[in-house]
Amino acid sequence: MTRLNLTMGPLIFHWPADKKRDFWFRIADEAPVDTACIGETICSKRTPYFDDRQYEEVAQRLERGGKKVVWSTLCEVMIKGDSKIVARTSRRPDAEIEVNDASALWHLSGRPHRIGPAFNVYNSETMQYLARKGARHFCLGAELPAPTIAALGKTAAELNVGLEVQIFGRMSLALSARCYHARAHDRTKDDCRFVCENDPDGMELTTRSNTPFLSINGIQTLSHRYLNLAHELRDLAEMGVATFRLSPHSCDMVAVAGTYRALLDGKIDATEADELLVEHGVPQPMANGFFHQRPGLERVAPGPD
Amino acid sequence: MSVEQAGQMARPELVCPAGTPAALRTAVDAGADAVYCGLANATNARNFPGLNFSVPELEKAIPYARKGGTKVLLAVNSFATAPGADLWHRAIDTGASLGVDAVIVADIGVAAYAARTHPGLRLHLSVQAGASSPEAIKYYCREFNVKRVVLPRILTIAEISAIHDLIPCEIEAFVFGNIGMMAEGRCSLTNYITGQSTNMDGVCSPASAVRFEKQTDGAMTARLGDFEIDCYEAGENAGYPTICKGRYLTPGRNAPYYAFEEPVSLNLSSLLPDLVKAGVSALKIEGRQRSRSYVRAVVTAYRRAIDDIMDGQPPDLSALVALTEGGKQTQGAFKSKKWR
Repeated sequence: MTRLNLTMGPLIFHWPADKKRDFWFRIADEAPVDTACIGETICSKRTPYFDDRQYEEVAQRLERGGKKVVWSTLCEVMIKGDSKIVARTSRRPDAEIEVNDASALWHLSGRPHRIGPAFNVYNSETMQYLARKGARHFCLGAELPAPTIAALGKTAAELNVGLEVQIFGRMSLALSARCYHARAHDRTKDDCRFVCENDPDGMELTTRSNTPFLSINGIQTLSHRYLNLAHELRDLAEMGVATFRLSPHSCDMVAVAGTYRALLDGKIDATEADELLVEHGVPQPMANGFFHQRPGLERVAPGPD
Repeated sequence: MSVEQAGQMARPELVCPAGTPAALRTAVDAGADAVYCGLANATNARNFPGLNFSVPELEKAIPYARKGGTKVLLAVNSFATAPGADLWHRAIDTGASLGVDAVIVADIGVAAYAARTHPGLRLHLSVQAGASSPEAIKYYCREFNVKRVVLPRILTIAEISAIHDLIPCEIEAFVFGNIGMMAEGRCSLTNYITGQSTNMDGVCSPASAVRFEKQTDGAMTARLGDFEIDCYEAGENAGYPTICKGRYLTPGRNAPYYAFEEPVSLNLSSLLPDLVKAGVSALKIEGRQRSRSYVRAVVTAYRRAIDDIMDGQPPDLSALVALTEGGKQTQGAFKSKKWR
């Protein structure tokens, strides 16, 4: 059986620069992950606070720690500044690039690249087309249900391309031109004064009767609940998914990675992994509904083994 | 605007919604240059009960449109979902064999299938593809020979004009109707709450998951699934619970507010000359889920407005305000970046 890998996905939140650097350095030195995706994927306004040079430093440290480094592009490309950043990342020499929108494909089609979770791949024809144009690895979006992942797993095997799904962290549910973080503070996107920096895991949005509902990360809307596919890992592996993505949060991500690594290695079972995630301070309850073709926020109980 | 300025503008195509065969005939009669419609299944982004066309209905509708000088555009613009992506391919085949004037696609696999199997079939890139930068649009033109892009409702007129100068295809822009806040083709909010997907099932806030509950104080709670999307005081008009139009709480706020967008309608009628000058060659009216009387009123008003502008006359647009959501209208992103 192929070795099962872990990826630390891009850090989607706007953390202060030193916290961000410390996070990646610690992942580089201590986390049992095989791959790390770096770069700003949400808002181009944040890039001056952690620029390419700082990411290069992170990349070197990750490589020294034995991790493969992947540069992820912006998910939404709208203004000139966004386009420039995508062009710059796409032209980075010798770098492995994860494409999150079609403008990165404009630059990278014909060269080897990866397809990120913000780019819609829902069927085999899409995967085949992109693979013909150089895509070597696909990370699927969070809403895909098991039958779709299974079908794409077969196609990925035929094409000999990598297949990855997110298994941990808040799920990206929507992107917008408008910054909802700024709006919550009566500001506009152009005058946001980086208020998103105050919410390391996103800003809680509740219903009028205070039921937790969603989470806001600038232009991105996230699930309130964290995804946890510990009980689905074996099924996913059988479908041909060999790489599993953790989306970073402010909880102890080294411990989270260690938990899933132990699960992949058969040292603990999924129920023990659930318990360890609680111990590591991951907000509960967690969700797995999308995989089971249920509302994404649901937690479907594990079936009998 | 002077007559001379009007003379410099190319006449834009008025693209109108046809949710049903009856709405199609209404739009044709009211002066639509083109209508867009979908088949009654998951292949289009307005897959609502009672809407859309069977294949025989579409076959019958096309000659009616032709006789009225109206083009027919077939939306196959949800994301073909495996297993079962054949359904989308068959929709493309249907459009090609019935001779629609173009199919509107969003999915790479569907676009590739259409370009490969029906090289003569004209392709429009749906707003669901979320192509909002010149490079993204150029990608679809280069790969699939897309002839027109429907732009997301998130760009200012100055940005549209800049894009126009950089891309090799026509631009279609929304001018009236429901204004979706989230980037199209990338929203799983409905699926997160209801288990039905906008991208895969063509469904947004499905009626089957909507509940209105009268409270003891006369207030009305509107729910989607288990979640309270909004609550209306007695006497307040209750809106349909769409997640991105609800009122919520966040830590910085002490009262519920429209965290994403107010329930308003887009109405760009007063910006029409600017849009056309920016290089927009087709003006799109949203609303395949709307009634025939709504379609008749909006299409008639826009037909007259475009004709007036092209004749160098100031258009009369007063009738349109009454048709906007709760009488509230917005120019959305088009007028200014401050909207963001």
